[in-house]
Amino acid sequence: MSAKIFGSGIRRREDPRLVTGSATYTDDITLPGMVYAAMLRSPHAHARIRSIDTAAAAAAPGVLAVYTGADTAEALAPVPTAWLLPDSDLQVADYPAIARDTVRYVGDIVAVVVAESRYQAYDAVDLVAVDYEPLPAVVDPELASRPGAPQIHDGIAGNQALHWTVAGGDVEAAFASADVVVEERIVQQRLIPNAMETRSAVARFTRASGELTLWNTTQNPHIARFICSAVTGVPEDRLRVIAPEVGGGFGSKIAVYPADFVTVFCAMRLGRPVKWTETRSENYQATTHGRDHVQQVELAATRDGRITGLRCSVWAGLGAYLSTAAPGIPTILHGLMLSGVYDIPAVKEDVYGIYTNATPVEAYRGAGRPEATFMLERLVDRLAGELGLDPAEVRRRNLIPRFEDGHPVVTGLTYDSGDYPAALEKLLAHAGYDRLRAEQAAARERGRHLGIGLATYVEICGLGPSQVAGAIGFQGGLWESAIVRFHPSGKVHVFIGASPHGQGEETTFAQIVASEVGVSPDDVKVFHGDTDNTPMGWGTYGSRTTAVGGAALALTARKIKEKAKIVAAHLLEAAVEDMDYEDGNFFVKGSPDRGKTIQDIALMANVSWNMPEGVESGLEASTFYDPPNFTFPFGAHLAVVEVHPETGQVDLLRYVALDDCGPQINPVIVAGQVHGGVVQGIGQALWEEAVYDESGQLVSGTMLDYALPRADRLPEIEVLSTVTPSPHHPIGVKGVGEAGTIASTVTVYNAVMDALRPFRVGAVTMPLTPERVWRAIQEAQGG
Amino acid sequence: MVKVPVAVRVNGRLYEREVEPRLLLVHFLRDLDGLTGTKVGCDTSQCGSCTVLLDGMTVKSCTCLAVQADGAAITTIEGLAAENGALHPLQEAFWNQHGLQCGFCTPGMIFAAHEILRTSPDPSDEEIRHGLEGNLCRCTGYQNIVRSVRAAADAMQEGEG
Repeated sequence: MSAKIFGSGIRRREDPRLVTGSATYTDDITLPGMVYAAMLRSPHAHARIRSIDTAAAAAAPGVLAVYTGADTAEALAPVPTAWLLPDSDLQVADYPAIARDTVRYVGDIVAVVVAESRYQAYDAVDLVAVDYEPLPAVVDPELASRPGAPQIHDGIAGNQALHWTVAGGDVEAAFASADVVVEERIVQQRLIPNAMETRSAVARFTRASGELTLWNTTQNPHIARFICSAVTGVPEDRLRVIAPEVGGGFGSKIAVYPADFVTVFCAMRLGRPVKWTETRSENYQATTHGRDHVQQVELAATRDGRITGLRCSVWAGLGAYLSTAAPGIPTILHGLMLSGVYDIPAVKEDVYGIYTNATPVEAYRGAGRPEATFMLERLVDRLAGELGLDPAEVRRRNLIPRFEDGHPVVTGLTYDSGDYPAALEKLLAHAGYDRLRAEQAAARERGRHLGIGLATYVEICGLGPSQVAGAIGFQGGLWESAIVRFHPSGKVHVFIGASPHGQGEETTFAQIVASEVGVSPDDVKVFHGDTDNTPMGWGTYGSRTTAVGGAALALTARKIKEKAKIVAAHLLEAAVEDMDYEDGNFFVKGSPDRGKTIQDIALMANVSWNMPEGVESGLEASTFYDPPNFTFPFGAHLAVVEVHPETGQVDLLRYVALDDCGPQINPVIVAGQVHGGVVQGIGQALWEEAVYDESGQLVSGTMLDYALPRADRLPEIEVLSTVTPSPHHPIGVKGVGEAGTIASTVTVYNAVMDALRPFRVGAVTMPLTPERVWRAIQEAQGG
Repeated sequence: MVKVPVAVRVNGRLYEREVEPRLLLVHFLRDLDGLTGTKVGCDTSQCGSCTVLLDGMTVKSCTCLAVQADGAAITTIEGLAAENGALHPLQEAFWNQHGLQCGFCTPGMIFAAHEILRTSPDPSDEEIRHGLEGNLCRCTGYQNIVRSVRAAADAMQEGEG
C-alpha cells in the first residue's frame, strides 16, 4: 500500500463543482413539461377529518389536479417501516401516504396540489378547505405511555409501539450489594436535523414503457428504490432512483417519505414530470426528527469507584408513525452500547417506544449512541461527585484495558479493538488536565465559574453483518459492493452502492484504489447514487460507507492486482510466484526497471491481444463485502466552559476531541467530520430543541425559532487522534461520520455541571440556555 | 397575476423578463438559464444559502424581490470565477482548506466571506466568525470555513502586494 496516498490530506475532487455552483441537487433539476406539487399538511396534532373541499383549489389558475387520501388509498400501499424489531411486541400502525380519516401530527399530509408553477401550487394549497374535528394530543413520550393518555392509533394500547429489553449479568444483585448508587432523570430533547438542503423529489413516469425515474434527496437510493417499488407498485426493474448531489442528511434522508410516494403518484396519474421541494418550515414539520428520550438511569458502584451495575428505563418518542429505521434506533443502536468503554458486569435496560402526536423520529447523527453515551458518562460524573473523586480517575478505574482482537461485553457484543486508556491519557495530557483543574480552582477563588467536562465513548459503526441484520429484524442486508473497471488508458471507474452526501468518499475511495494498485487518485472516478449504474448497496448511515463500502473496494482493488500480476507474469514470461509489485509496477523479483505498469496491463487486458491462457479479457472486478463484525470507533473528549451565574450564560472556551477511527485515509476529511459532529453535539447541549406546546403545535417551527450553532458562538476545536486498526477490516478503518456527535453533548453538559458544582445544582434539562441555567441556580440557592 | 418587466444583469449578461411582482429574486435567478448555484435553504432569511452580490454588496436573495433588482447587476456563484475558468481566491481557499462538505451552503458562504473581506481585508478570526454569523452550515462546524476565509484574505493581500 502506498503510504503517500493513503493517509494524505489531498483536496477533494467533489469541490470544484460545488464551489462554482455547477453541482446538481434535486431541486436544481428541470425537465421538459415539469409541473410542481405542494403538500397540504395538517395544522392539527390530532384531529378527525370531517370533510375536504378541493373545488376552489382545483379551479385555481394553473392547477392540474388536487388529490386527497381517497385518491391515493388504492394506489399507494401503506408506508412501511424497514426495521421489524423482534421480541419487542412491535405494533406497526397503519401509515397512509396521505391521511384518510385522521391526522396524527402537525405535518401529516392531507392533500396535494399539482400546478404549472411552484407559486400556483402554493396559492392553490391555501384554497383546499378541510373541516377538522380536533382531538386531544400528546407529545411527551412518557405522558403518552400513561393510562388515560390520548389514544393515537386504534388497537395500540398505551400508544406503545415496542417494549424491548437488554440485560446481562445479575443487575438486581449488583444494586443490592452496591456501596453507592447514583441516579438521574435525563431528557434527551427532540432535535431537528437541519440538513441545509431540504428534501426534494422529482418523478418522471414514461407510460409507454412503464418506467419511473425518481430523483430524490436520499442517503440510500437502493433502499429508496426497494421501498418505493413496494409502495407504488412500479416493479424494481422499471424503477430508477437517482440521488444527485445531496446536501447533507445526518439521518434525516434515510427514510423514504410519504411525500416521495405522493410525488410519484402525481407523476403517474398526470403523465407529466412532477417536482416537489419542501420549504424549510415544512421540513421542520415533516422531515424526521431525532433523539426524544426520557431516561431514568441508576448506576451502582463500589466505594472505590468500580462500576458494578447500570439499570435504566427509557421512554423513546417515535412520533406519530414508525419511520423507516425508527424501531432499531433507541434499541439495537442504543441499548447494546450501554456499557460503553467500561467492563460493567451487570446491565439492564427497558426501552418503551411510544407513539406521540409529533413528527416521526429517525436516526439523527449518532442515532442511539449519543443517548447511551450521555446516560453512562453523566452517571460516571455523578459517581465521581458522590465519591469525591476526580472524574478522570473514576474513568481510569473502569476502562477496559487495551485489546487488539475482540473483547466481549455484557450486552452480547464483541468490540473489535480498542485502547481506551491511551485515548484518555493522550487527551488529558494534550489538554493539560491537571493545570486546567488548578486554573479552575484559582478562578473560583476569584469568583469565576469554570467547568471542565470529560467523556469517553465507544460507538458501534460499520453496520454490519447481514446475518445479524436479519436476526435483529432489519428488512435488508448490510453488506456493500463495489466494481472497479480499468479502461484501456489505465483510467479507472469505481461504482459503489453506498451514497455519500458530503462526506467526501469520491476522494477517499479514489485514495483507496490508488494506494492498492498504484494509479494516481486523479485517474479514479467514483460513481454513486444512481441505481441504474451502480451495484446494490444499503446506503450511507451509521458511519458505514468507508467501514463497509471501503472494505468492498479495497478487496476489489486487490482482485485487480492479483489478475494484473498474472498478466504481467505472462508478458514478462515469468512465473507468477516470481513476481513482485511496488507502486503500480509489476516486475520479476530483482528487476524493477523491467516491469509492467498497471497501465500497461490495463491496455493489454482491454485489447486482449496476448493474455495468459484461461484468463478473461478486461481488467475489472467486483466484491460483495459482508462484514464479520461491526466496527467500534472510540475516543475521549474534553470541554472547558465558563458559566456566568448572574445571567446563566454559558461560554464554551475550549473543546478537545480525541477520536480513534482506525487508520485515516484522508486526515483532513476526518478532521472535518469531527468538527461537524462535535458542533452538532454542542448544539444539543446548549441551544437546540424542537419545542411542541401541549396541543402538539411545533413552536420552534422555523429556522428563526430553532437555535442552530452559528460561527460566532464556537471555539476552535482541537482535533487529536490515536490509531487502533480494526482487526477484521481489510484496511483497518472504522468510520468517523458520527464520532464527534457521540461524545460532545455529554462532554459539554458535564462541563457546565462541573462549573455549577459550587451552587449544588442537581440537573438541568437541555438545552442549557441562559434562562434554564439561571433558574437552576436560583432554585438550588432556594431563590 | 399581472406581470411587470424587469431588466437585470446577471454575471455580466442582461436578462429582460416579465415577472410577477411577488417573485423572489432567488427564484428569478434559479429559473434563469440553469443558474441554480444560488440555493434556498430556509424561508425566514436565516441560513444565507441564497446570498449573492447585488451591485457589489451582499444580499440574501430570498429577502429581495426580482422587481427590486430591476436595473441592478448581480453576481451569483456561477459568475465569481474568472472568464478563463480560474477560480476566485475564495473558491480556491474553500477547496484548499476543506471549507465545505455537502456544498449546499457554500455559494452563500463564499459571498458572506466576500463581504467580510470587502469591508476588512485582513480580518481576525473573531471578525470572520462574526461576519459568518448570518450564514448557516450544518456540516463543517464552521472551523474550516473560518480557515478558508483567512487563507483567502492572505492570498488576496499577496495578490495585491
